[in-house]
Amino acid sequence: MATATTPTRPLIGARVTRREDLRFITGRGRYTDDITLPGTTYAAFVRSPYAHARITRIDTDAARRARGVHAVYTGADLAAGGVNGIPVGWVLPDMKLTDRRAIAVDEVRYVGEAVAVVIADTPYTAKDAAELVAVEYEELPAVTDAVAAMQPGAPVVHANAPNNVCFHWTIGDAEKTDAAIRGAATVVRQRLVNQRLIPNAIEPRAALASYNGATDELTLYVTSQNPHVHRLIMGAFVLGVPEHKFRVIAPDVGGGFGSKIFVYPEEVVMCWATRQLGRPVKWTAERRESFMTDAHGRDHVTDVEMAFDARGTVLALRVKTVANLGAHLSLFAPAIPTYLYGTLLNGVYAFPTIYAEVDGVLTHTTPVDAYRGAGRPEACYVLERTMDIAARQLGIDPAELRRRNFVPAGSFPYQTPVALSYDSGNYAPALDRALQMIGYDAFRAEQEAARREGRYLGIGISSYIEACGLAPSQVVGSLGAQAGLWESATVRVHPTGKVTIFTGSHSHGQGHETTFAQLAADELGIAIDDVEIVHGDTGRVPFGMGTYGSRSGAVGGTAIHMSIEKIKEKGRRIAAHLLEAAPEDVEFSGGRFSVKGSPDRGKTFAEVSLAAYLAHSMPAGTEPGLDATSFYDPSNFTFPFGTHVCTVEVNPRTGVVKVLRYVAVDDVGNVINPMIVDGQLHGGIAQGTAQALWERAVYDEGGQLLTASLMDYAVPKADMLPLFETDRTVTPSPVNPLGIKGVGEAGTIASTPAVANAVLDALSPFGITHLDMPLTPATVWQAIQSATRRG
Amino acid sequence: MTRISLTVNGITHEHDVEPRMLLVHYLRDTLGLTGTHVGCDTSQCGACTVVLDGERSVKACTMFAVQAAGAEVLTIEGLAHDGTLHPLQAAFREEHALQCGFCTPGMIMAAYGLLRANPHPSEAEIRAGLEGNLCRCTGYHNIVKAVQRAAQEMEAPSTDQAGREGRVFTPVSVAPVAAD
Repeated sequence: MATATTPTRPLIGARVTRREDLRFITGRGRYTDDITLPGTTYAAFVRSPYAHARITRIDTDAARRARGVHAVYTGADLAAGGVNGIPVGWVLPDMKLTDRRAIAVDEVRYVGEAVAVVIADTPYTAKDAAELVAVEYEELPAVTDAVAAMQPGAPVVHANAPNNVCFHWTIGDAEKTDAAIRGAATVVRQRLVNQRLIPNAIEPRAALASYNGATDELTLYVTSQNPHVHRLIMGAFVLGVPEHKFRVIAPDVGGGFGSKIFVYPEEVVMCWATRQLGRPVKWTAERRESFMTDAHGRDHVTDVEMAFDARGTVLALRVKTVANLGAHLSLFAPAIPTYLYGTLLNGVYAFPTIYAEVDGVLTHTTPVDAYRGAGRPEACYVLERTMDIAARQLGIDPAELRRRNFVPAGSFPYQTPVALSYDSGNYAPALDRALQMIGYDAFRAEQEAARREGRYLGIGISSYIEACGLAPSQVVGSLGAQAGLWESATVRVHPTGKVTIFTGSHSHGQGHETTFAQLAADELGIAIDDVEIVHGDTGRVPFGMGTYGSRSGAVGGTAIHMSIEKIKEKGRRIAAHLLEAAPEDVEFSGGRFSVKGSPDRGKTFAEVSLAAYLAHSMPAGTEPGLDATSFYDPSNFTFPFGTHVCTVEVNPRTGVVKVLRYVAVDDVGNVINPMIVDGQLHGGIAQGTAQALWERAVYDEGGQLLTASLMDYAVPKADMLPLFETDRTVTPSPVNPLGIKGVGEAGTIASTPAVANAVLDALSPFGITHLDMPLTPATVWQAIQSATRRG
Repeated sequence: MTRISLTVNGITHEHDVEPRMLLVHYLRDTLGLTGTHVGCDTSQCGACTVVLDGERSVKACTMFAVQAAGAEVLTIEGLAHDGTLHPLQAAFREEHALQCGFCTPGMIMAAYGLLRANPHPSEAEIRAGLEGNLCRCTGYHNIVKAVQRAAQEMEAPSTDQAGREGRVFTPVSVAPVAAD
């Protein structure tokens, strides 16, 4: 490991058990729904049963008269009350904006869209009264499939987008790519469907808003990955509540996976309603509501062409993708199938030219936005599935085809044809290590032997790249982001030398209270118990962009590092003054400032902290106190990479796929806590495997969500997954001083094609070259049956 | 309203409840024991799992409070004893078997029931035994390891007679936790 543990940094790189665990394992976590304020009332939403309908009449009288009901509001009430639409946070050129109301006015556009809210004394009475709200609809034709939605005569979702195309986006060199494809020895062509997924964090979304009319202060507890973003958007754009009178707290949050980034209608309604009623109002989603209203993920249909020369060297990639955006533009929806997808289509390969075009299409379905990986899994799937199809077509071993086309080590920073500049990488060692761990050659021999016995084993490889910490702000701003993507950290040293760190990152399972404390304790040479990490509260943290896109370590961690550097520098000046030495002669090591060459002349960090607050003897011109705030705006993304390999057995009689082994070799740069990094990978691999094999959001033709419960949507269970075998190579990122790349989404990105490739490899004796996911027993069995009949 | 009396974490409670009130809502809303979570409405996720009458793990969203009248209910708040963690709690921390923590109470209580019924489960038996509890963060890898570790710890003679590890945290009352 390049910058592994040294004696003065015992914690960075160590397997430190998590400090946050004690509250969770003893039932003392505090999630939004656990919080009840005096006088709390409860909200229940009335939701559209139709995918597309005109609301002709809403009769709320019976609900209003019901015992225990405080209020019933409709979209018209909110509009009259000055509530604006929920804006989109990324605007592409010529994009059609949608007017998304917290509660629908006149027209509903997806099943589950809110049409009214009832607020009552208890959740039970609120739900009872919600059933008394009578809504009359005029049902209208709906379209749920994005390709169908683009056809002439398709039902229109928003009148300002007559063909339902919200944006048409391109990247790369069309002419050069066309020419390369025309001149290629082999062109592999495939249509790939990346099916719609539903995130399913186990904690349902929830919001508790409380308004104090005497102080004019609004407080919102909410299941958010980025409370400052919630406050800014809701305060400034939707509700008109001044930021300094609006506190947003994201307490313990039970998983996000992207789905808790966005500003949702229910949160807006809680904030508005508490101001009307003068009492706290709480809403917690039922799982059925989570399925219908949490932003969904993926949902691409892609035509890919990958061109090779006679030796199997890649010449070009052309990709045409239709991305389903759902009925409204969710907060970052436009960025996901464009700047987080098209720019990643180079993968780990040395494509001389790439051209990609993406149509973002509106349909009568739940809005689609970032779900773990967010664009990058879709790009990786396109590349890695196609690479396997190409390997078979070219008669080249899939591992060899990948190795042959990797961006060569030593060519970093590497400029891709699709805008990105990769920071650092060395792709072959991770592939080699993964093949060694799985025993690639031995497995191929075993596979041959098994086939002779009528058993179908398969092996799938996926060499991936991730992009973490979307940056820098100036660039993302020029590309359409309506926000900067830096991170802040305030490090406050107390007079006793204890430290509180206020980070703009947010942990909803990632373990920041441990990893950031490891970082700070090592850098300050103090005990980890002397460091407290505070996050998730706009009333305590100065500002923050939150956690998504695997950005917390690389961006949030670096902001902490920068503040600590400032503190050490001020501390050095104070220590020099106390030691009667020149500041340049004082060094800091192991929690102690000392004079170079005279290690016995020194002051501990705690002594200097106290001196800074006593201020009895400070260097001239130095302010008392010891704290620092930094805003770190990275110069670039970071680019983790690696290779995952999966082996499966397919039962040809039932179509059941059994995952035999799963090997992941990842390079996430420097590692703060290997236990947490492995945990992130495990969870990501489980989610990606689930996309390959089980999960799929299904709408019927009328727009009903058929998979709206955990009985119908296959979130994997413990007995569906194997143990995972992980290892790492370490290529530090030169982008940030910590050398961190990030790990939050790597497992999800890599695993889907690894598993899908393994299944298709197992099915190759049947002549099956591709199947769209999920590769459920029914899909696999039917494919085998058709192939056998074709025989 | 129906008057019920039941014991939760060793303390007897008496309340008038609506007959339709779910046990999990009684625990969370009436007693303030918010460690037991609600993650779905169809008895799939298992976040609400508690232990009934000392051995059987049940999903508290699938029982009415009135059905628990006279029963002894053990929730995650009552699992640690005299400030010492139960081996399952300790093992979940040691093996990093939790990330966001939301499924964790239910997962631990389900594992408690599993180990009561089968003190020496194989990996496959652990996976099958926990298939009623969903975790979206861990991929179950470390949960399996934690249950294996706890099973070993619970039969090891080095711990005290209750099978608990040493004092590791300041005891907190298991009476209703005040929500703020």
